[in-house]
Amino acid sequence: MTSAVRILFAKPGLDGHDVGAKVVVRALMDAGFEVVYTGLRKTPEEIVRRVCDEDANVLGLSILSGSHVPICRRIGALLLENQREDVLWIVGGNIPQRDHAALYDIGVDAVFAVGTPLQTIVDFLRENVP
Amino acid sequence: MSRQTHADLKEVINESGIVIQPVYASEDVEASGGWDGIGKPGEFPFTRGIHELMYRQRPWTMRQYAGFGTPEETNERFRYLIANGQTGLNVAFDLPSQVGLDSDDPAALGEVGRVGMAVDTLKDFEIAFEGIDLARITVSLTINGPAVTLIAMYFAMAQKRGYDVRTLRGTAQNDILKEFIGRGTWVFPVEPSIKLVGDTILYCAEYAPLYSPVSVCGYHIRESGATPVQEMAYAFCIARAYIDHVLQRGLGIDEFASRLSFNFDIHGNLFEQVAKFRAARRLWAKLMKEQYHTEDPRSTWMRMIAGGGGGGLTIEQPENNIVRSAYYALISALSGTQTMALCSFDEAYTIPSEKAARISLRTMQILIEEMGLCDTVDPLAGSYYVETLTNQMEERIRATMNAVDQEGGIVRAIAEGRIQNVVSRQAYERLKKLESGEIRKVGMNCYRMEEEEDVQVGFHPFKEEDCATQIKRLEQVHAERDKERVGRLLEQLLADARAGRNVMPAVIESVKAYATVGELTRCFVEAYGKYQEPVCF
Repeated sequence: MTSAVRILFAKPGLDGHDVGAKVVVRALMDAGFEVVYTGLRKTPEEIVRRVCDEDANVLGLSILSGSHVPICRRIGALLLENQREDVLWIVGGNIPQRDHAALYDIGVDAVFAVGTPLQTIVDFLRENVP
Repeated sequence: MSRQTHADLKEVINESGIVIQPVYASEDVEASGGWDGIGKPGEFPFTRGIHELMYRQRPWTMRQYAGFGTPEETNERFRYLIANGQTGLNVAFDLPSQVGLDSDDPAALGEVGRVGMAVDTLKDFEIAFEGIDLARITVSLTINGPAVTLIAMYFAMAQKRGYDVRTLRGTAQNDILKEFIGRGTWVFPVEPSIKLVGDTILYCAEYAPLYSPVSVCGYHIRESGATPVQEMAYAFCIARAYIDHVLQRGLGIDEFASRLSFNFDIHGNLFEQVAKFRAARRLWAKLMKEQYHTEDPRSTWMRMIAGGGGGGLTIEQPENNIVRSAYYALISALSGTQTMALCSFDEAYTIPSEKAARISLRTMQILIEEMGLCDTVDPLAGSYYVETLTNQMEERIRATMNAVDQEGGIVRAIAEGRIQNVVSRQAYERLKKLESGEIRKVGMNCYRMEEEEDVQVGFHPFKEEDCATQIKRLEQVHAERDKERVGRLLEQLLADARAGRNVMPAVIESVKAYATVGELTRCFVEAYGKYQEPVCF
């Protein structure tokens, strides 16, 4: 039931490049998901608070600056602290292959690097939303 | 020749919405506005270039975007580029600096020195430019939100080194309105942000008359999803917003207009881009004359950096980007640019390696030394196709500007998020067409290889320890500076900001006393508040 899926989509860190984030948000909306987009420059604390407040079952992040590992490490810890590690967590952007394993270790459920077809993201969510 | 119908041919429409004929003739130029607008290079309306002899006299400035890690590492890269023949510098700052934070701010987590050079105080500028002759190498600062602070640091550093600011050349990007559309390094709300840009223009007109305080960017608007026509139209609307603001504050148009410059994007159809630049140069000259009654011809010049756009490069088969960038450089040269920069082939992955940066530089040098691009001015002039397209692009840019004006102007459109909405919708539609193959992209959606070879891109080594080095230096500056003096100067700055006075004099005094980027930003936030991003789809 995609209509019940609530996705919090966020731009963490200081990176201001939001073309990709907005494209993915539009694709998810067109696919029938309910998406809340936070806008730019959200701290890990703000993002996890929004996950709790919005009762989101999916968290999507877009990061292009290269700071995905330290940011996700912090968000992972906060999700655990707030007992929201159940949230389906996806990360996209400029994420080199060599960092994927580190992100999965932190608790990210899927990494969609630049070049991933939009449909792949939609299909993943349809199949995996808790 | 009457227009033949070619029912069997597939219709071709360029990104700006213009239908492209299979053959052009003189009638097409006449039907689209005629030959009269072409004129001569160096003469109004400057379709063919702002100078009479263009590259025959002096080739374009080569100015690769560079900077990473600490000021020491950046200084090393600057020297490398200069040693390899680069004739200008364009400084990349890290994200904390770009949004006005110090390296020790908790919000700077993981970002210090990552996408550019870290800057906290004047000390960092002193290190970054050590040994670089600022009279010979002009420097461009890619800084927007806290531009007043970093321009002030540049002036203060130059003064300390014995240069006279009155003769100092260089550019700051300092185009905050486009940051709200794309790129996103805004800090303060829209109106005070424009006021700060105005402060730099007024200050430079009086004290640094050869410095270009603003480079109005179509580049990032195009990268965010705008068409080539929208790129120029929105940039011109933004430039007019700054001009109107400065005129309101009492400066005469010819006292500052000649120091405004532009930053534009190149990717996509070659002829559409060349026509875009020729059309825009003509239209800008006309607008400056018709609407602002400029008397100094230089006030009507559309001076530009036109660079190979990252948006045209692909993460797939990255070596193909070397070829794409070479074509973008060719377009830039055929368009009469003043300055050129290219995204390096590995830039979809990482900070450019030395080798990738050198290949970009060599690409431009090959055009200058081997291809004859500097021999004669505006070599495409008189082409039926190019002149027709130039006429058509000019008309469309003007129409798009008029539409923005009729809907309440660019400042309101940006503050309400309307431009952002238009371009991000277009970016989405474009990606869908790329995914479906309707728009062809070599190596991405066609000519894929059965098994893609391993990508041969060396990643730029990010040094975690740079952050500690930077914080240590910041602590050292804190310990050594005259704390009370800094406090007094910041109080003065806050008072000036609150009273609506030009903040530049107080900013310059503060940075000379080693006030930090973050301290100055906090003053401005106290006076002006923070920008609230409109999120609308």
